[in-house]
Amino acid sequence: MTSLPSHTEKSLGLVIDLDTCVGCHACVTACKGWNTENYGAPLADKDAYGAEPVGSFLNRIHSFEVQPETGPAQLIHFPKSCLHCADAPCVTVCPTGASYKRQEDGIVLVNESDCIGCGLCAWACPYGAREMDPVEQVMKKCTLCVDRIYNENLPEEDRQPACVRTCPAGARHFGDLADPESGVSKLVAERGGIDLMPEQGTAPVNQYLPPRPKDEAPEFDVLAPYLEPVAEEPRGFLGWLDRTLEKIG
Amino acid sequence: MHPAPSIILFTTLSGLGFGMLAFLGLSVPAPRGWTAFAFFFIAYALSVGGLLFSTFHLGHPERALKAFTQWRSSWLSREAWAAVIALVLMGLYAIGLVFFGMRWAIFGVTGGIMSLVTVFATSMIYMQMTTVPRWNHWSPPVLFLGYSLAGGALLTGRVSLALLLLAVVGAIQIVAWFDQERRESQSESTMATATGLGGIGSVRAFEHPHTGESYLTKEMVYVVARKHRQVLKIISVLLAFVLPVALLLAPFHHILAALAVISHLAGVLVQRWLFFAEARHVVGHYYGRA
Repeated sequence: MTSLPSHTEKSLGLVIDLDTCVGCHACVTACKGWNTENYGAPLADKDAYGAEPVGSFLNRIHSFEVQPETGPAQLIHFPKSCLHCADAPCVTVCPTGASYKRQEDGIVLVNESDCIGCGLCAWACPYGAREMDPVEQVMKKCTLCVDRIYNENLPEEDRQPACVRTCPAGARHFGDLADPESGVSKLVAERGGIDLMPEQGTAPVNQYLPPRPKDEAPEFDVLAPYLEPVAEEPRGFLGWLDRTLEKIG
Repeated sequence: MHPAPSIILFTTLSGLGFGMLAFLGLSVPAPRGWTAFAFFFIAYALSVGGLLFSTFHLGHPERALKAFTQWRSSWLSREAWAAVIALVLMGLYAIGLVFFGMRWAIFGVTGGIMSLVTVFATSMIYMQMTTVPRWNHWSPPVLFLGYSLAGGALLTGRVSLALLLLAVVGAIQIVAWFDQERRESQSESTMATATGLGGIGSVRAFEHPHTGESYLTKEMVYVVARKHRQVLKIISVLLAFVLPVALLLAPFHHILAALAVISHLAGVLVQRWLFFAEARHVVGHYYGRA
C-alpha cells in the first residue's frame, strides 16, 4: 500500500494563480469548514480564544515580498496545500500503509484509522502540507475534497474542491493535469506554470502560475511637452502673497 | 527539527542496548550464568526501554502493531522488524548462556547482526530525508552504528576495544559536524526555489499564514536554543569521548568504569539533542527560516 503506483490514470490537482490571488484567506476558511464537517476527523483548534491558539489546517496562505533589482517591491500572496506529488515521499516513509496515492486519480490520502501519528510523513514533505491534528493525533492533509468532487448529491458546479469553489478572485483552478487538453493543462502551458522546489524530486502535480510582469512607467511621455508648467513666476494675487510671505519669513 | 525527548531517549538508549547485544552475541568468550544474566538484563533494559520511549512519541501507540506491515518501503517498518527479530534471537541466546551454560552460536551470531541492522534501520529513517539536508548525508548511518558499537564495547567491558572505538567515533563526529554544515549550506532548496519567485527578485517572508505557532513551526522550524550549539558540541565531545577515555586509561576500578559509562551516556544524549535541534527542514524556507 505505501509503495507508489507506477502510473495514475488521472492526475487531479490544483493550478494556483499567484498573479490573481488577493490573499483574502477565503479558501482557508472554506477548506477548514468543509473538512471539519465531512471526511475524516474534524480539523481541531486548541486554545482557540486563549493566549496560544493552535489548530490544524490543510491550506495556508503565506505572503512574500519580492524586491526586483529596480522598481518597487511586489507583494505576492501564496496559497500552499498538498501538491499531490507523483513521487510523493510522504507515502513511501509511512510504516503502516495509512498514507497512500490513489491509482485512479492520483490523490494522496491518509487512512486515519491506520495512522499511528508518528509524524514521519510530515518530515518527508518539503512543502509542509501535512499537519498532525492536535486533538485526534492523526495526520491531516488536503484530500482535494474527494468527498465533493465525485459527490452526485451536490449540484454539478459544487463538485470541485471547497477552496476552488469559494475563491472570489478565480485564482484557483481544479482539473486533470495529466490530460493535455484539460483547462488546467492549457492554463499551465499558456502561463508557464512551475513546480515548487523541483530539486526535491517530488514531481508535484499542483502547478503555480507566476505573477505576470508588472507595467512600467514609460521613459518618455508624449504628453509631457503639453503638461509643463506655464507660469514660471507667480503673478497677480499669488505673486503678491509669495513676495509678502517671503519678507515676513 | 523539534528535539522530542522521547526520540532522543529512544535513539540513545536503544543504540547503546543494541550495541551491547551485538557484542554479547558476536564476541567470545561469552559470559555464563549470573554474569550473563546481568549483562543481558542491562542490554534488554536499554534496548526495550528505548523502544518503549519511542512509543510515547506516537499519536496512537495502541495501533503500533500496524507499523510492521510496510517493510517493503518504509525504514521505520524495517526497524520494527529488525528490533523484534534481534530481541527474540538474542533472548534465545541468553537463555542458553544463563540457564544451560550453553553457547548456541547460531542465535548469537544472527541476533548480533540483527542488532546492528536495527541501529542501521533507525539511522536510515533520518538519512532518507532529503527535506533535512543535515541528515541527508553519510553521517547518520556511520555515526549511529559507531556510537552503538563504542557504547556496546564500553558497557560489555571490552576496555581496549572501547578506547579505540571511542577515539575513532569521536574523530568521525567532529568531521561530520563540519561536513554537515557544508552539506546544509550547499542545499539546492532556497526561498527562491520554494516559492518559485526568485526570477523576479529577492524574496522575503512578509507575513506568515498564522500569527501564532502551528504544528509545522513547532515540529520543523525549531530554533530555540540553537545559539548554544557550539558550546554544547564541546560538552558532548568531552562527556561522550574525552572523559570516558581518560577514566578507562586510569588504573581499572569498577567505580571509574561506571563513571565512564554514565559520562558517555550523558554525552550521547547531548549529541542527539544537537542532531535534532541543529537540523533545519526545507519547509523553513516558507517561513524565512523564522
